[in-house]
Amino acid sequence: MTEKQDVTTQEPKAVREDKDTERAIRPAVDIFEDAGGITLTADMPGVARDRLVVQVDADALSIEGQIDISLPEGMQPLYADVRSTRYQRSFSLSKELDGESVQASLKDGVLTLRIPKRAEHRPRKIEVRTG
Amino acid sequence: MFGSLGSFESGLLDEFRRLESEMDQLFGAAPWPAGIRAVARGTFPPINIGSTPEQVDVYLFAPGVDPKSLDISIQHNLLTVAGERKRSIDQAANYYRNERFEGEFRRVLTLPEDVDPDKVEAAYRDGVLHVSIERRAAAKPRQVKVQ
Repeated sequence: MTEKQDVTTQEPKAVREDKDTERAIRPAVDIFEDAGGITLTADMPGVARDRLVVQVDADALSIEGQIDISLPEGMQPLYADVRSTRYQRSFSLSKELDGESVQASLKDGVLTLRIPKRAEHRPRKIEVRTG
Repeated sequence: MFGSLGSFESGLLDEFRRLESEMDQLFGAAPWPAGIRAVARGTFPPINIGSTPEQVDVYLFAPGVDPKSLDISIQHNLLTVAGERKRSIDQAANYYRNERFEGEFRRVLTLPEDVDPDKVEAAYRDGVLHVSIERRAAAKPRQVKVQ
């Protein structure tokens, strides 16, 4: 009896799954700030350098990448944790960050972005004079 | 499934939870019954497994891992991959997000019975470890001629 119920509830789910198949993966990130700026690290395994797009548009930072793995012909999936071939995530930047001098590096599927602060926003050490 | 319990920030975790419940609803379970060694979805590293008549291919999405730290072993049809991912944490910095996995990991995978443990190759590229294991000849499909 319960099995029969399951069968009837399957259909709408199947339709939804179809639409969602190319939904992008939101990569896991670490973000930290030090005196000079913000560093963002993102896990994007399977993305080669030419399949990575980092965009800074006004105050929005967007990272996007395509997984590029050559699969053997006629491969049947047995198990899949990763079900999309695209990563996408975006962040908004605040004014004190210099979006034009973002530096990006990609190594072993880890993207590292360095977003420096504008010079006038870097903290200055104030020397205390004695005597 | 446990959506209300965790306030995980990680999109990967959300994705896995969603897929898990969808898979459960679609197939009752994963394409093969949940193995005794199966782990919760969202465990690092995510894994995809595919098969062809000639070989079984395992992809571990383990970015930022030193390939030398990886320990891959196979016993009959049990593949074990262990490794460690280290991060350099700047003590003076303010962390806003800390979603990435850190530390040691070990995954044990049950592969189809007919894999040949003597014919295993592994390569690490762009943060993905690809292990391919050949199948025994007897398992490959053969043409049967009608006399």
